[in-house]
Amino acid sequence: MENIISIKNVHYTYPGDEIESLCGVSLDIKKGSFVTVLGHNGSGKSTLAKHLNAILLPTEGEVLVNGISTADEDRLLEIRSTVGMVFQNPDNQIVANVVEDDVAFAPENLGVAPEEIRRRVDNALRQVDMYEFKMHAPHLLSGGQKQRVAIAGVIAMEPEVIVLDEPTAMLDPKGRREVIDTVTKLCREKGITVVLITHHMSECVDADRVIVMSNGSVIADDTPEKVFSQVELMHREGLTVPATTQIMYELNGHGWHLPLEALGIDECAKQIAKELK
Amino acid sequence: MLKDITLGQYFPGDTVVHRLDARTKLLLVIVYIVALFNSEGWMSYALVIAVTALSMAIAKIKPKSALKGLKPLVIIIILTAVLNIFYTGGTPIIEGWIITWEGIERAVMMSLRIILLIVGTFMLTYTTSPIALTDGLEIMLNPLKKIKVPVHEMSMMMSMALRFIPTLIEETDKIMSAQKARGADFDSGNIFQRAKALLPILVPLFVSAFRRADELAIAMESRCYHGGDGRTRMKQLKMQKIDAFALILGALFLAAVFVMKKFGL
Amino acid sequence: MSEIKVSGLSHVYSADTPFEKVAINDVNVEIPHGQLVGLIGHTGSGKSTFIQHLNGLLKPSKGTVTVDGVDINADKTTARDVRFKVGLVFQYPEYQLFEETVYADIAFGPKNMKLPQEQIDERVREAAALVGVSEELFERSPLELSGGQKRRVAIAGVIAMRPGVLILDEPTAGLDPAGCRQILKLICDYRETTGSTVIIVSHSMDDVARIADRLIVFSKGGIRFDAAPGEVFSHTHELMEIGLSVPAPALIAQQLRQQGVEINEPVYTDEQLLAVLLKLGREAGINA
Repeated sequence: MENIISIKNVHYTYPGDEIESLCGVSLDIKKGSFVTVLGHNGSGKSTLAKHLNAILLPTEGEVLVNGISTADEDRLLEIRSTVGMVFQNPDNQIVANVVEDDVAFAPENLGVAPEEIRRRVDNALRQVDMYEFKMHAPHLLSGGQKQRVAIAGVIAMEPEVIVLDEPTAMLDPKGRREVIDTVTKLCREKGITVVLITHHMSECVDADRVIVMSNGSVIADDTPEKVFSQVELMHREGLTVPATTQIMYELNGHGWHLPLEALGIDECAKQIAKELK
Repeated sequence: MLKDITLGQYFPGDTVVHRLDARTKLLLVIVYIVALFNSEGWMSYALVIAVTALSMAIAKIKPKSALKGLKPLVIIIILTAVLNIFYTGGTPIIEGWIITWEGIERAVMMSLRIILLIVGTFMLTYTTSPIALTDGLEIMLNPLKKIKVPVHEMSMMMSMALRFIPTLIEETDKIMSAQKARGADFDSGNIFQRAKALLPILVPLFVSAFRRADELAIAMESRCYHGGDGRTRMKQLKMQKIDAFALILGALFLAAVFVMKKFGL
Repeated sequence: MSEIKVSGLSHVYSADTPFEKVAINDVNVEIPHGQLVGLIGHTGSGKSTFIQHLNGLLKPSKGTVTVDGVDINADKTTARDVRFKVGLVFQYPEYQLFEETVYADIAFGPKNMKLPQEQIDERVREAAALVGVSEELFERSPLELSGGQKRRVAIAGVIAMRPGVLILDEPTAGLDPAGCRQILKLICDYRETTGSTVIIVSHSMDDVARIADRLIVFSKGGIRFDAAPGEVFSHTHELMEIGLSVPAPALIAQQLRQQGVEINEPVYTDEQLLAVLLKLGREAGINA
């Protein structure tokens, strides 16, 4: 698979700051993959996200989207329509008073023809399962619904990548599930590359790859099974590991021999039962 | 509760009034306001009321929701009435009293005028989506672009403001509850104490509005917003036969009011 | 002593309009002094409406709320006093900070109680210590602090009123795992030191289950379960049905039971699961 995004030795310091927020990050993101980024507050994960669609430009190094440098101002719109962004607070990214008008915002900015916008809006709303709400006022929707409208607003640009910056932090378990199911479906069925930034370990379990950031650097980057097996490392970073890994890790400390890769509840229970027999 | 304010809110629907072009409705509201301020006799008031009621019926607006929209403005209406009662000369209703028959008539008329003004403009926002409304304004004001008036930016700001009204109302409600839970008292004391009591609401509200504005700007840029150049619209405003018809009716209405004015009705 | 007694409580929003909505219907609850209660339910279950009745911010459409045997809605003075007895920390409380300094913000509640200056000072320092805000921060602007610190200052602002009952609405919302742990520890410490009643409102079961004595589960405007955590989490299926998540250790234990592993005691925290499995491991001779 080819790389859709290449991050090459990126450094970034916020204006007025003395400490670097990103200190030499290099990553390649494969087309169609589902990548999650973990890290405590202030680890640099949101700063990294803002580099992917040229909201921030590296002070050193470069970010390539489909081979185009994000510093190339002439191709800014091309980059932003290739890499869509969904943010944490659903209220602060919805621009219109009617759901379908909001979803139309990005294609309107891109100068798409009216009939084509209509087609894209309807299609985007269907993909996030919000079509029947297209005439609703966004402020009356639930958090999970608003966030799905925000995702539709991004899909209407027909992007190749969607970056979601803690999209579930303000939602209840039901809303959280709606959002994660929606992006998982978009990735697996439509082949859209997903970069999900989160605090919730449970949202990483089904990803192809987990990247752990700390103090502006990548400190782990592998499959969820491999990353979560490094329990000490995660704890040192103030992060938790899934409850399944945690319990097996502690049992192993008492002389059990459980494979820490068993992330799923079923799989974990099966392994424990096997050991007990 | 603040949340119950319906003034300036859009309620999607599918009536003839909803389908009219936003520009038509803007023009009609202007016609309506001119007519209202040129109504001087009871006959012309009756006509304006009839037109208002008819339009409300066609747009399927319940009188109840229109009245609810008036709620926040009750004080202004009462104040107008009181001022007119006391400051209009004429025949006193009882010898020696300051209140005159003319004063009462004027008070009723002025209050009616304000009510009708609010209800009329309320109909515009009730039946027109803010996007269509600001689009309509932008197109109508387009000629001003030639003299460097930032028409697109102004209309974008207006539609953002409309979008965030409910959000900020909800937020104000939340902050008020939170401060009340800490014993804040908004209902007693003199006017200075009361003004000071608003600080615990206003400061957090401003802080959060700035944060919202910041996040919103980034979100809009992320969705390729780059000003009005080369922007298209999903819903294009299109004048149809029905718009022409509505405008002719509007013109007739205005003419009727002027004729009545001439004859002192 | 602060005993809460709620009987026949109902609340209807926008009564007699087309937007009429019954938020809670005939709720009966008694909360004795010193309990740590987890109040759980998804958005719209009525839990937020319910807690706003406990300190008189909302008036019941029907039913009564008594605190220490006094009906809080009896007259205007009790309605205001009850806010100092029952402290309510709203969701994202950092959004309510407004004073120029951390000290002044924490002092806002006690000042509203019209306490003498020395007492205000004493309470501010006490509350700050309870939430772990050091006195060096007192002269800083609350807006300059980090997210976690802001939240602690906001919680201190309520604690400074020395309420007999402390209610926190989603106290860990939006924090990273380390931040969540700190806030929950703070709440436990607070309860230990002061012996007050604490009610934590949450939709995340994992956190609350660990520390609560009792769980009250709201659904569709009424109480669905009201029992010890172990008992509530034995209803895995019903909980999932009403849109709530069940702690992973409870799910693992349930799976193990299905696979024929004998676990009889209630299990819903990591520690319990570990203890149970280690006991079984000892019997099977696996433990080293």
